[in-house]
Amino acid sequence: MKKIISLVFLILISFISCDEKECCVNLEPAQVTLDFTHNWNETSVNASDFSAFKFTNENGEEVSIENLRYLLSKIKLTDTNNQEIVLKDYQLINIGEETGLQLITENIPTGNYNLSFTFGFSDADNQDGIYQDLNTANFNVPGMLGGGYHYMQFDGKYLDTANMEAPFNYHAIRAVDRSDPNNLILEDTSFLVDLGNVEISNDMNIEIKMNISEWFKNPNTWNLNELNTVLMPNFAAQKLISANGESVFSLGEITSN
Amino acid sequence: MKKLLIYFMFFACFTNCNQEKINFGEYTPVPVSLEIPTLFSDKLIEPLIPINNPLTEEGIALGKKLFFDKILSGDGTQSCATCHNPEKAFTVNTQFSDGIDGNFGTRNSMPLFNLAWNFDERFTWDGKEITIEHQAFEPVINPIEMHNNWVIVAQKLQNHPEYPTLFKNAFGTSTIDSTLVTKAIAQFERILISGNSKFDKFQRGETTLTPQEQNGFNVFMDEDRGDCFHCHGSDNNPLWTDNKFHNNGLDAVFSDLGLGAITGDPNDNGKFKSPSIRNLAFTAPYMHDGRFSTLEEVINHYSEGLQNSSTIDPLMKKVNDGGVQLTTQDKADLKAFLLSLSDNDFISNPNFRE
Repeated sequence: MKKIISLVFLILISFISCDEKECCVNLEPAQVTLDFTHNWNETSVNASDFSAFKFTNENGEEVSIENLRYLLSKIKLTDTNNQEIVLKDYQLINIGEETGLQLITENIPTGNYNLSFTFGFSDADNQDGIYQDLNTANFNVPGMLGGGYHYMQFDGKYLDTANMEAPFNYHAIRAVDRSDPNNLILEDTSFLVDLGNVEISNDMNIEIKMNISEWFKNPNTWNLNELNTVLMPNFAAQKLISANGESVFSLGEITSN
Repeated sequence: MKKLLIYFMFFACFTNCNQEKINFGEYTPVPVSLEIPTLFSDKLIEPLIPINNPLTEEGIALGKKLFFDKILSGDGTQSCATCHNPEKAFTVNTQFSDGIDGNFGTRNSMPLFNLAWNFDERFTWDGKEITIEHQAFEPVINPIEMHNNWVIVAQKLQNHPEYPTLFKNAFGTSTIDSTLVTKAIAQFERILISGNSKFDKFQRGETTLTPQEQNGFNVFMDEDRGDCFHCHGSDNNPLWTDNKFHNNGLDAVFSDLGLGAITGDPNDNGKFKSPSIRNLAFTAPYMHDGRFSTLEEVINHYSEGLQNSSTIDPLMKKVNDGGVQLTTQDKADLKAFLLSLSDNDFISNPNFRE
């Protein structure tokens, strides 16, 4: 008799469980994968495109990319009630080494969200030497420039007015005025990138595009013959870089899996 | 039938349990944790210790014995330490090293320290060797180095009065092969940690820098002067290297392709690993081919001697002017700072000596 009761109980539980599952299918949390892709005016750019003069910037200079890595922080989804889900505190993306190109997060409740991140670290997060992985990756900014971390290291070569190859180090950091080395004036030049609304209805991939050409284009047409290296201690250059960065990122394809 | 099955299951269970106990009883090497300097643990991620070769007291002791034993070479005249002398931060002060037959290589012997923090695990100047274990495999059979073969080495070790027991204690087997030899050597090499130079002590608040050393550090970190930090670490990266490969403008035409010869990518031609700038007081001559005898020559190279080529690193930003054009004072101060990263405790550590 006991066996029969147990069996009936188990079957009952099983049915109830099934019912619950069926009723909640659409509310199951999703896996969200952010894919960071790169292009030059819609022409795809990856590591195999490096070290070749295959791009031309807005100012007409031919450009070869040798190294491009950058940092995004506070990558987050914000729901309609202003509740935030931080997908990751920060992510270092290295195109040449093909690392950090994807960010996978499990268990995101389905719903409508705003997707945003900060390019670089905002001042509150840009604390000198506190991120062991970034120290190991040699991504620091010298203390004499206010410390903290690079936002981006973009190194390459361009053909100058004499058609000679010349290097550029388009490095983005927090702007620093060191007119008085004992009294640095710092200005947070990180910026918020708001990619707009995304609907998470099931497992999906969301493409985040960087149009590299925009760094040289909008609103400031960049003349590499004038601004090429030693940009880190150049306060004005950092402001220009920050302004140009605001049109660099956009939302790409969203695909359900 | 059911009873038979149950008996069989019990028997299998007991047999397995017994086997585990026997093996565990005979194979009990003592695990070792790396002694990581505070600055390293504060600033860097955890060092890389492979799961299939954990550090043990017995493994490290065996690796040390092998590292200093000339039994590895074809004629019994050379050990690893012949080209990697502890007193010289595990390099030697000759431009090139001669093997047992008197033949010379074409690369300067690399110093050995802080290897467990090389996360890409590409070793040697051209990145040819992936993992320390694999690197240790090569010099033994290289015809211009130890010029031996592993079958002979394993046989000699097997017939040795001590080694079979030492291998048994370290790895649970007295059957010796190249895999276990290189695992043991790699364990020893991973404990070679250098992190107690004057500059480390300065960072720990235990000493002060001279004005010359302080200015030299500033030259090193200043993008408008030395700009060394982009490749050679900083006060936040106590490895003092990025462990990456760069063409630092040594040659306009390459006689040695470096990384390019390994990857087959012409864009890698002329690229060599950035060495750590720790222990430069002991590691002359400098560069992959030991072409510079002094630190002055090294600094002059970056200041005025850069050679342009298609693969030169963009971080060699003043290449079209020959270099970063340091003043005489800045050069002298930069040298003083570089020497402050030399670690006397490392080269005199008895644990690292024969």
